[in-house]
Amino acid sequence: MATTEILLAGFGGQGVLFAGKILAYCGLMDNKELSWLPSYGPEMRGGTANCSVCISDDPIGSPLVLNPDILIAMNQPSFDKFITEVKPGGKVFYDSTLIDAECSRTDVEIFPIPSSQLADDNSLKGGSNIILLGKLIKETNLFSLETMKKGIEKVVPPSKAQLIPNNFKAIEIGMNN
Amino acid sequence: MERNLMKGNEALAEAAIRAGCKCFFGYPITPQTELAAYMAKRMHKAGGVFLQAESEIAAINMVLGAASTGVRAMTSSSSPGLSLKSEGISYIAGSDVPAVIINVQRGGPGLGGIQPSQADYWQATKALGHGDFHLLVFAPASVQEMVDMVVKAFDKADQYRMPAMILADGLLGQMMEPVSFPEINPDAHDKSSWAATGHKGQREHHIINSLYLKPDELEKSVKDRFARYDQIKENETDAELYLTEDCDILLCAFGATARVVKSAVNDARAQGIKAGLFRPKTLWPFPVKEINEAAKSAKKLLSVEMSMGQMIDDIKLAINCSKPVEFYGRTGGVIPTPAEVLAEIKKVGGAE
Repeated sequence: MATTEILLAGFGGQGVLFAGKILAYCGLMDNKELSWLPSYGPEMRGGTANCSVCISDDPIGSPLVLNPDILIAMNQPSFDKFITEVKPGGKVFYDSTLIDAECSRTDVEIFPIPSSQLADDNSLKGGSNIILLGKLIKETNLFSLETMKKGIEKVVPPSKAQLIPNNFKAIEIGMNN
Repeated sequence: MERNLMKGNEALAEAAIRAGCKCFFGYPITPQTELAAYMAKRMHKAGGVFLQAESEIAAINMVLGAASTGVRAMTSSSSPGLSLKSEGISYIAGSDVPAVIINVQRGGPGLGGIQPSQADYWQATKALGHGDFHLLVFAPASVQEMVDMVVKAFDKADQYRMPAMILADGLLGQMMEPVSFPEINPDAHDKSSWAATGHKGQREHHIINSLYLKPDELEKSVKDRFARYDQIKENETDAELYLTEDCDILLCAFGATARVVKSAVNDARAQGIKAGLFRPKTLWPFPVKEINEAAKSAKKLLSVEMSMGQMIDDIKLAINCSKPVEFYGRTGGVIPTPAEVLAEIKKVGGAE
């Protein structure tokens, strides 16, 4: 397997780094090589936050993702900024509740999902990021559902273990929409 | 061995605790703050002391004090903080006490920025303080190497009674990678001949000091130290050589930049360009033997750095200026990309 480069981007507070961490742990669960690199500038305090995740069978070179195979966009500025950077043949997942997609690219596959709306409808406040991950595993063969569940169990801190079932539910919603 | 996922900064801290570090003195600064935060949480459980000092200057002098008693002591900071620590580091070197100092570099000069940089190479390898002295400088390129090098830094600092530095950067500090912790037995270096542990009326005083008012005595202490430096240059150099056996162009890079360069070397090879990589793991002592081995077949060398080119002089000296050394770098917190480096390889003569 070549390296899969994933870029997750959105506002600070939307769970961009958290979702990236779940993907990183999925890589760990599947015994892959992986890296996770957050943006750590002032954008973490309210601006756009993003996070690079690389998954591979071989050691990772640069952990910084500039041209992703997979883009997960959670707000309009992130979508606008990164849509042109996706590799030809890449896949784009975005929250269509918050993003009006205007994209002239025909060389990438685009998967909109109203993840914020779905999170609200299902009383999963803040679950939009996880719903997007559900959509991701449905449309790619990056990780199995089982791996994703293990990844979630690893990332959710023990003090918040009661939230694990909600995260599983969010994954299912993402897979079924 | 079990693989964990950790940030570089946290891995540095955990490795230090496992290496038997008993005293950590720090002061927060981006992008190394997670290290101190981890120490604050874990150190007391490991039976050690975590103390957030009132300044970087206080922290490094606390390290001098703790290390003088023979315990393993460490401090960490990022670039501007290292400048503040420089006086104390000179005192530690002049007092012949072991200590570990971590620099998770950010852009400079001045307050600079908070994004990754390697612009403290000169500071670390040439002049981290006044006077005739060196410190051991290790340059990790992965989270796993951060662990391994912290363990080694404590060991070598004890062995040679001198400060050792881990020269990392914001990218390595902030990124998460799988890491495993080897079984560590902090080497029992016998410090009873010099450590200031209280003489209890049973032995001579042990005096930890860097003041010698008689020039002859000061010269002798410096010369003794430089005799040790000669042994270190002979025995402690370390480097990775990647695809160097038949290379036409030898890239030279350390730390996070070496990861970017390795990707570019692979891309160049895929296009039929014989590129190789020399990655020093020790910056002082500089791996002279190793670079000469790596450069055997090369017609040109290309140093790639996140600075304006601070390693070039060491490369030229190491190969005795026998081949041209070119440079490509980004600075101020900008990380070079594999595509940029590949373009540079082609430009300086890898192609055609």
